[in-house]
Amino acid sequence: MSKKDLKKSQEEWNKKKYKKTVDRFGERKKEFKSDSDRPIKPLYTPLDIEDIDYEDKINYPGLFPFTRGVYPTMYRSKLWTMRQYAGFGNARETNERFRYLLEQGQTGLSVAFDLPTQIGYDSDHPLARGEVGKVGVAIDTLADMEVLFDQIPLDEVSTSMTINAPASVLLAMYMVVAEKQGVSSEELAGTIQNDILKEYIARGTYIFPPEPSLRIITDIFDYCSKEMPKFNTISISGYHIREAGSNAVQELAFTIADGIEYVQAAVDIGMDVDQFAPRLSFFFNAQMDFFEEIAKFRAARRLWAEIMEDRFGAEKDKSKMLRFHTQTAGSALTAQQPMNNIMRVTLQALSAVLGGTQSLHTNSYDEALGLPTEESVKIALRTQQVLAHESGAADTIDPMAGSYYVESLTDRFVKEAKEYIDKIDDLGGMAKAIESGYVQREIQESAYQVQKKIENNDKVVVGVNKFTEEEEKKADNLLKVDPEVENEQIKGLKNIKEKRNEKEVNDALEKVRKAAKNEENLMYPIIEAVKAYASIGEISNVLRDEFGEYEAQYI
Amino acid sequence: MDKKIKVLIAKPGLDGHDRGAKVIARGLKEAGMEVVYTGLRQTPEQIVRSAVQEDVDVIGLSILSGAHTHLFPEIMKRLEESDREDIKVIAGGIIPEGDHKELKELGIEAVFQPGTPISEIVEFIEKEVK
Repeated sequence: MSKKDLKKSQEEWNKKKYKKTVDRFGERKKEFKSDSDRPIKPLYTPLDIEDIDYEDKINYPGLFPFTRGVYPTMYRSKLWTMRQYAGFGNARETNERFRYLLEQGQTGLSVAFDLPTQIGYDSDHPLARGEVGKVGVAIDTLADMEVLFDQIPLDEVSTSMTINAPASVLLAMYMVVAEKQGVSSEELAGTIQNDILKEYIARGTYIFPPEPSLRIITDIFDYCSKEMPKFNTISISGYHIREAGSNAVQELAFTIADGIEYVQAAVDIGMDVDQFAPRLSFFFNAQMDFFEEIAKFRAARRLWAEIMEDRFGAEKDKSKMLRFHTQTAGSALTAQQPMNNIMRVTLQALSAVLGGTQSLHTNSYDEALGLPTEESVKIALRTQQVLAHESGAADTIDPMAGSYYVESLTDRFVKEAKEYIDKIDDLGGMAKAIESGYVQREIQESAYQVQKKIENNDKVVVGVNKFTEEEEKKADNLLKVDPEVENEQIKGLKNIKEKRNEKEVNDALEKVRKAAKNEENLMYPIIEAVKAYASIGEISNVLRDEFGEYEAQYI
Repeated sequence: MDKKIKVLIAKPGLDGHDRGAKVIARGLKEAGMEVVYTGLRQTPEQIVRSAVQEDVDVIGLSILSGAHTHLFPEIMKRLEESDREDIKVIAGGIIPEGDHKELKELGIEAVFQPGTPISEIVEFIEKEVK
C-alpha cells in the first residue's frame, strides 16, 4: 500500500470507527500521557515510523548505531549477567551472602559498601557512628577486602563495585586481593561505578570538587587501559538521577551528557578515544512505563554511537557500543501491600531484557521497608530466571523492533535527549550545568510533579492511592544489622593499625601526596599504600588535604 | 494573621537520598509554611543548632541509611539539653516498622512511611503546632 493510500485509510478509520466509538462510549481518561509526560496517541501505524531509515537508525544487532543490540547474537549466545547488589554488616557476613547467591545461580557479584566507605571515612570516624555496615559492607583496609572475597575465585566471577569518590582505593584493593589469589590484573573482569558527576546531581556520596575528581577518574581510565584491559573503568549512571525524580528522557539525556564530559576530560589530557572508550559502561533504571523504558534503552545505544562517532571521532566499533547494567526502580517499590512489588519488578525487568541489557539487578519486594532478607532476594533472582528461561523474551533478538509505537518512541527519545544535550553544551558542559543548579532543578521539578499527580490521583499506584487496604500486612523478619558490627569493625581496624609497619604506611601515603601534587597517575602510589594496609580514610584524607572538599549548593 | 509555621527539614547521617526531603520541603512551602532545608550529611549537633537558631516549630528528619537508631536519640538528647523540647520532631524515609515504637518513646511525634501524601503530613503538623 502506498503512503498516500495509507494516510487516507487511517483518516477514514479515525473518522468512521475511532471517533464514532469515542463519541458513544468516551475514553477512560481525559488525556493519556506517558511517564515522561508526553501525550500518547490512541494508535501508532506505519506512518509514525515512515521517516526512520532501517539501516541508518536501527540496523542489525552488532552494527552501528546498535539500536537493536551491541552483539550480533545477544541472549541467544549468552544471557545477561544476573547481578544482585548486596552487602551489609561486615566483610564476613557479606562474603556469606555472596557465596549463597553464587550457589543459587547468580552469575556476577555486585558489592554494596556502607556510607562511611563510600565517603572515604574509616569506621572509627565520628561521622561514621551509626552508619557502619548499614547500607553495605564496611571496608577499612585490605584486610577487610581479603575476607570479602575469601573462597571466591576472582578469575571466574565478574565483580561490580558501587564506589565513586574513593573508587581508585577500592579498585586497588580488589587488584591486590586478586594478586594474592594468583590472579593477574589482566584477567580481572568487572566494573567500578566511578561516576562522580551523578553524585553531585543525585546520589550525594561525593568527597572532592569536580576538577580533581575528574582527574582521579581519568587516572583510572589511563591505568586500566594499560593494566586491566577487561575491567569497566566507569559505569555512567542514570539510575540515581531517575531515583532522584527525573523522568525517562532526562535520565537518558543527563547520563549521556555525563558520558560526554568524561570522554572530553580524557581527550583533553591527550588520551586516544579508542584507547579508553571500549571500557566505558552505563547503568540505567527500569521504571514502570514499560514501552518508554524499552525505547529509552534502544535510544541510548543509538545516541551514544552517534555521539562517539560524530563528536569524538571514535573509529573502533567497541568505542561506540553502549553496554549497560540495569536495576529495577527502588522508588517504584511501595511500603503498602509489599507483595505487589514482585509484579512491578517483573515488568521492569522484562523491559530491561527487551531493551537489551548486559546485566540486571532485580529489587526485592521488601526494600521500601528495610534491608532485603535472603528469602526476598531469592525471589528477585528467581524472577530473572523465569524471564530468562520461561518467557521466551531471550530467544530472539530485540523482539520489540518494528513496533510502530516502540520505534517512534525510540526516535523521539533520541531527539528530545539531543535537545537537552544542546542546552547543556550551551551552559558549558555537564560540570558547569551542575554547578549552575540547572540539572538538579530540572530533576526536582519532575519529582514534585510526580508526587502531585499521585496525590491528585492523576497517577494510580496500586495499594497506595487506589485499591488500598485498611489493615496492611507488614513484611516481617526484616534483616537487622547487628549493632555490634560497628564495634567489631573498629576493633578490627585498630588491630590492623597495630600490626602493620607504620613507616611503610607513612612513606606510601607521602607518595600518594606527591603524585596528587605533581599530576602523576594516582593509581600506582594508591596500590602501594593499600598493600601496606593504609586505610581508606587515611588515603582519602591525604587527597582531602590536597584537593579540598566539595560543598553542595542547595536550591 | 497567624504566624507562619516554621519547619526545618534535615538530613542526619551520611545518606544522599534527598528526593523525599526536597519534595516534602516544597510541599510544606506550598501549604503556606516557612521551610529551611539543611542539606546532606548533618550531624545531630548541626541539626539542633540550626533548629534553635532558626527558631523552628518542627524538625522533619529524613533518613534512609538505617542509622536512625543511633542518630535520633542524639538529636533528642541535644534538643533537651538546649531546652527546646517544645520543638516537635517528625521523621520519614526507610524506617522499619519495628523501630517506630522505640522512636516514639524518644519523643518523636510521628514516623511517616514511604507513600505518605504530603497533605497528611501538613495536616499532622498543623494539628501539632497550635
